Amino acid sequence: MKLTWVLSCVLLFEWLSAAHAADAMKPSLPGVGQGKAFVQTDGDELYAAACQVCHMPEGAGAQGAASYPALAKDPRLKAKVFPIARVLNGSKAMPPFRDVLSDEQIAAVVAYVRSSFGNHYTDRVSVDDVKALRQ
Amino acid sequence: MTANSPLSADQPGMKRRDLLRMIGTIAGGSALYNAMATLGFAADSQYAGPIKLSGAPAGTRVVVLGAGWAGLVAALELRDAGYEVQVLDFNDRIGGRAWTLRGGDTYTEMGGETQHCEFDSGLYLNPGPWRIPYHHRGVLAYAKRFNVTLEPFMMVNYNAYVHSSKHFGGKPKRFREVQADFHGHVAELLAKATNKQQLDEGVTREDQEKLLVALRSWGALDENYVYKASFETSERRGYEVNKGGGLMPAPVASTPISLQDLLSSNLWQALNPGQIHQWQSSIFQPVGGMDMTPKAIGREVQSLVTLNAHVKQIKQDDKGVTVSYVDSRTGKDPRQLRADWCVCTIPLSILSQLDINVGGPMAAGISGLAYESAVKTGLQMKRRFWEEDDDIYGGITFTDLPIQQIAYPNTAFNKPGKGVLLGTFAFGDAALTLAGMSPAVRVRQAVEYGTQIHPQYATDYENGISVAWHRVPGAMGCAAAWDSELMAKHYNNLAQIDGRIVLAGDHLSRGLTGWQEGAVLSSLDAITRLHKRIVNG
Repeated sequence: MKLTWVLSCVLLFEWLSAAHAADAMKPSLPGVGQGKAFVQTDGDELYAAACQVCHMPEGAGAQGAASYPALAKDPRLKAKVFPIARVLNGSKAMPPFRDVLSDEQIAAVVAYVRSSFGNHYTDRVSVDDVKALRQ
Repeated sequence: MTANSPLSADQPGMKRRDLLRMIGTIAGGSALYNAMATLGFAADSQYAGPIKLSGAPAGTRVVVLGAGWAGLVAALELRDAGYEVQVLDFNDRIGGRAWTLRGGDTYTEMGGETQHCEFDSGLYLNPGPWRIPYHHRGVLAYAKRFNVTLEPFMMVNYNAYVHSSKHFGGKPKRFREVQADFHGHVAELLAKATNKQQLDEGVTREDQEKLLVALRSWGALDENYVYKASFETSERRGYEVNKGGGLMPAPVASTPISLQDLLSSNLWQALNPGQIHQWQSSIFQPVGGMDMTPKAIGREVQSLVTLNAHVKQIKQDDKGVTVSYVDSRTGKDPRQLRADWCVCTIPLSILSQLDINVGGPMAAGISGLAYESAVKTGLQMKRRFWEEDDDIYGGITFTDLPIQQIAYPNTAFNKPGKGVLLGTFAFGDAALTLAGMSPAVRVRQAVEYGTQIHPQYATDYENGISVAWHRVPGAMGCAAAWDSELMAKHYNNLAQIDGRIVLAGDHLSRGLTGWQEGAVLSSLDAITRLHKRIVNG
């Protein structure tokens, strides 16, 4: 499995670049360059591309040997700093997205989740909100 | 052998073999291995031969959580040492991520979608690990011990494709063409620089002459150090009209791809994987599927294993460990298991959500690692067109499409009948995106993208199955996402024995994360230390 396996955070298939090859703890992966993976700008498209794998369609969450939290009707989304910080920094097995999503993309996907799946938080999520939490 | 080695065998009157025998006699197998490594006889793996733990205090109970590689090795070796071992696993099968899907298998991913594998008899997909490098001596040793037959895995196939959807009209190139041309162009450039005396620093006049000879040979350059269409270069990259017999047409040299096109298309990147230590030849796969070895070990320890056991809580006190679990199929039937010690091989993606009382530093490590994403999709084809039409026998095609790789079966070469291709092997952010799609869409995408490289998909595709590792209920990710910074922060804390609990698994290996060897070495190391702690107090 790298399951040969492990992954980059900035550019897909940067694995063969000097920067990653220098970190022997981050095994390299084979491939032919593809550029940046998350090119989407709309919140719904970003959700499908980056979040849906775990949080599932409609923010339903999922159960296995542990769980992926549901985002539908999620009172934790009330304060926008919570989802912004989670997306930036990750949590437990959730990866940080700070290096793969721009401030604009994070604002868009957080705004989407806060106004979808039975969530109705109407206060605006701005790029500056993300910037402020990025430090 | 280094002359400065403290074990230097250059002393007169002593042969290296004698020295090794002496070391082995005095210090045991592990020291012998270390000495061999120093002398350059053995290298690469820190596997030091079969462990021999003995003298377990009578009646000492160990609970092993997880029946993947790490858990199976721990169970087997601790049982042999005399411990009373019990194993719990979430899945309804042994092997963890070392898993093989065959016709008739059913797989339900997180989110609830169930796939039925419709492969014909004898065909399979290894959704997780699928190759065993020659230097993964731990895995190889267990495969040998349990009589598992290996066959070659074609990591580098000179006739497989390298594909850029945005260059060469989207038509794939052959690996041999890309490699010969890239080497040839680089050799030509370097020869030019050498001839212009631009390599003054570090290369003597005499070495420049030697370098030119080497470059001409390595790059298949002509007498003027030019890389161009010729029989010499066609011997590397292949002919336009290949060699024949009788009155067949005479061979025709092929035309190299320009350096500019190679650089702008990034195709050169596909030359590197087979040169990386973990993928170098020789590299193997078990005949019949990657689960063959875990299954064989599993038969040996079957009576110790409880499947479908969903662990909810791991509580230690100063006398032992209590593990609480339910039936993973129903979520019901709560049970508890009490043991003196616990070897926990549950992936951190899952363990980070369980109720476990360990010290602060270990707890921080358990919660400190994200998990990587990977997607594999297997596609059954009516016929082995990659062999019959394209002369591709095993190996991997690399592409810039989201499927990233197409891999051909490394078995049953040149046989008539059906075959299963690996139609997608995606990592990284693109794998997260693929994994977010339903299995049916992932399969359909694999077919649609693959058709760009192999138009035969359109007529020969029959059925498929897709595994997205973040949606595998007993794994919830492909492998721990270590980097050097995280390793400095958490690794040692995670690997310590915490009271009565020790963690093991590929996530506790240095640079072998996601490899079965990482799980084996981690497990052997953990149980050796645990045994020492138990025996010595």
